[in-house]
Amino acid sequence: MKVMAQLAMVMNLDKCIGCHTCSVTCKQAWTNRSGTEYVWFNNVETRPGQGYPRRYEDQERWKGGWTLDRRGRLRPRSGGRARRLLSIFANPVMPSIGDYYEPWTYDYETLTTAPLGDDVPVARPYSLISGEPMKVEWSANWDDDLGGGPELARRDPVVEKISDSVRLDFERAFMFYLPRICEHCLNPTCMAACPSGAIYKRTEDGIVLVDQDKCRGWRMCVTGCPYKKIYFNHKTGKAEKCTFCYPRVEVGLPTVCSETCVGRLRYIGVLLYDADRVTEAASVEDDTALYEAQLGVFLDPADPEVRQAARRDGVPASWVEAAERSPVHALISRHRVALPLHPEYRTMPMVWYIPPLSPVVEALRGSGHDGENADNLFGAIDTLRIPVEYLAELFTAGDTAPVTRVLRKLAAMRSYMRDLNLGDPGDPDKAAAVGMSAHEMEEMYRLLAIAKYDERYVIPTQARAEAAALEETVCPVDYEEPKGDGPFGEASRKPAPASVESFHALKERQTSGALVSPDDRRGRVNLLNWDGKGRPEGMFPMRDVEEDR
Amino acid sequence: MRLLLWVALPYAAIAILIVGTVWRWRYDQFGWTTRSSELYESRLLRVGSPLFHFGLAFVILGHVMGLLIPENWTEAVGVSEGAYHAVSLWGGAAAGLAALAGMAILIYRRRATGPVFSATTRNDKLMYVLLGGSLLLGCAVTIIENGVRGGYDYRQTVAPWFRGIFLLRPDPDLMNGIPWLYGFHAVFGFLLVALFPFTRLVHAFSAPWRYAFRPYIVYRSRDGRGPATRDPARGWQPITRR
Repeated sequence: MKVMAQLAMVMNLDKCIGCHTCSVTCKQAWTNRSGTEYVWFNNVETRPGQGYPRRYEDQERWKGGWTLDRRGRLRPRSGGRARRLLSIFANPVMPSIGDYYEPWTYDYETLTTAPLGDDVPVARPYSLISGEPMKVEWSANWDDDLGGGPELARRDPVVEKISDSVRLDFERAFMFYLPRICEHCLNPTCMAACPSGAIYKRTEDGIVLVDQDKCRGWRMCVTGCPYKKIYFNHKTGKAEKCTFCYPRVEVGLPTVCSETCVGRLRYIGVLLYDADRVTEAASVEDDTALYEAQLGVFLDPADPEVRQAARRDGVPASWVEAAERSPVHALISRHRVALPLHPEYRTMPMVWYIPPLSPVVEALRGSGHDGENADNLFGAIDTLRIPVEYLAELFTAGDTAPVTRVLRKLAAMRSYMRDLNLGDPGDPDKAAAVGMSAHEMEEMYRLLAIAKYDERYVIPTQARAEAAALEETVCPVDYEEPKGDGPFGEASRKPAPASVESFHALKERQTSGALVSPDDRRGRVNLLNWDGKGRPEGMFPMRDVEEDR
Repeated sequence: MRLLLWVALPYAAIAILIVGTVWRWRYDQFGWTTRSSELYESRLLRVGSPLFHFGLAFVILGHVMGLLIPENWTEAVGVSEGAYHAVSLWGGAAAGLAALAGMAILIYRRRATGPVFSATTRNDKLMYVLLGGSLLLGCAVTIIENGVRGGYDYRQTVAPWFRGIFLLRPDPDLMNGIPWLYGFHAVFGFLLVALFPFTRLVHAFSAPWRYAFRPYIVYRSRDGRGPATRDPARGWQPITRR
């Protein structure tokens, strides 16, 4: 077992109102530069919809993520090492600017400089790529709120996976928003595809970054990432991606998208995982088993064995403690209401989603039923196949069982909490129906509905972790005094841990000092050297001396 | 003049290449990139770029074969001058023409595609002149001097001169009376060498051969340095209409 810590995110889709505040603030913070005009590290998609870049989920075309080769080993879908090096002169499957959208601005100047006349001056759109006047035909959220109607939504690759009869039905049925950032995967394909080795995962917090000095612009990462969350800066010729706002999270602040989220639907916290089992979990043969496999990689920070291993593997105590309080851990592993986005890409994504119950509630309300009655909801979840199947294609590789289970939990919570709100006693049967206790139900409700800032974002700072590493607050009890010199003479061996050194130094200082502690007068302490810590030998007169008096 | 062209120029070019590359590596790793324009246009690139690059790889291989390996070595392993000449002529012409054709496609693409053209710098244009000139002259040398005019044994003159440069025994007299196409090709070549570290061509130095041997997943520790104070990094330019 090798314990590693990662900052992960959970988004509660029921709360997303599709306001794009996260996208806009992220863009203002990170991609308001020349060369990244078309880049949205954070974007919000309306589902069903084609997404950004268009139809990025169609991996038959874009070749993102991993597949298993004939021997059951992981291989990037776009090809292994040899194939990549041979195709390095022109990436065969890279989305062009048209697949994202051609960014534009307006010649606002004409609004103020136009001569007085009968016609109202108009600001015309100009391309930010070619500088020519252009016709605006697509953007990062062109099909927002199902804009463009069924024609556009029908080309959603997830919809295409669901059968035809379902397809027609659901167009009337539901819509929800899906905010997306980089998944900061445990097994990222962008990294595997990078010929220069410029993309790396930070050992401290698991954030996946591009070293801008090492990137040589081979563009393979763009193809590798199945979520298409690596972008090519066409001005600098380097790859760029969501940084999980590392300058912010390092000092304990949430990412910009989380901080500014109007619906307060994002949660950030630490997850502990077993790095040794990632590859094994990502190579599970059955796509639908990947969700459970990834859950199996996560470790329980309350488990004493895990805590010991974490200490051994250098995970700072403050991070283990944060992992225990982590809302992300609670939603993913304890309550099991959060699901990974497209686990079938086998990248082990680390931004998870609580699927929305609102399509079901809305459908019930629309048909004149009580949308918060547990029985009604349970029945609707079972009969409204379409939203459930769609969600399953997004979050569990098509297996409807986990999605149904999550939706039933959310439904039970709604119904249970309504009773409480109306002054009735909580009905523990409603909790038991989804395998939860009344206490767990209320705890989950608190986390989902009223969790405050410091409950939603439990982010240990790097400074504390570093200070702790210097301090060595944990004294190595099993430390053995090395015998003799190292192979290259005195002091050539591995240095003793600082805590051991200072322990001995303290003892030495407190008990030595020939000036005031001659052999004939035992039981003296040099108080000038005493730093107030511990109780040195001889601090107090020995008892037998006292009795003699 | 002979001394200038066949001794001073090569050494100056090589010195600039080495010093320039070290300087660029130390001060401009951020600018060390292919500066790909595939995002703007990929249809022509997909044909032109591999054609050019693979052609060029064989061209370089040919130069190693023709310039660095002495004639008596090839004769020692039983390759006659006639056989060598045939390989050099047909192989060289094929590789050179492939690279030239690829480059023609790429230059056409660069001129014809609006966004690609506006992303072309003056540095690029100068580099294209030298690279294209070298390629063109190289093809001319191979086809005209070696093919049409029946064959010139450059392994008696140009190749020993070239090796002499690296053995620190430069002998400009060897270049007396060589066909003028060879002379121009060599001069263009060394000018290109001198310009090399200051252009996008440096991406050739970071050919990612290590990729074949590294594990897929890369972990790296954040360095514990505190927040640095410095000027805003390059790459943070405001958005403007061109």
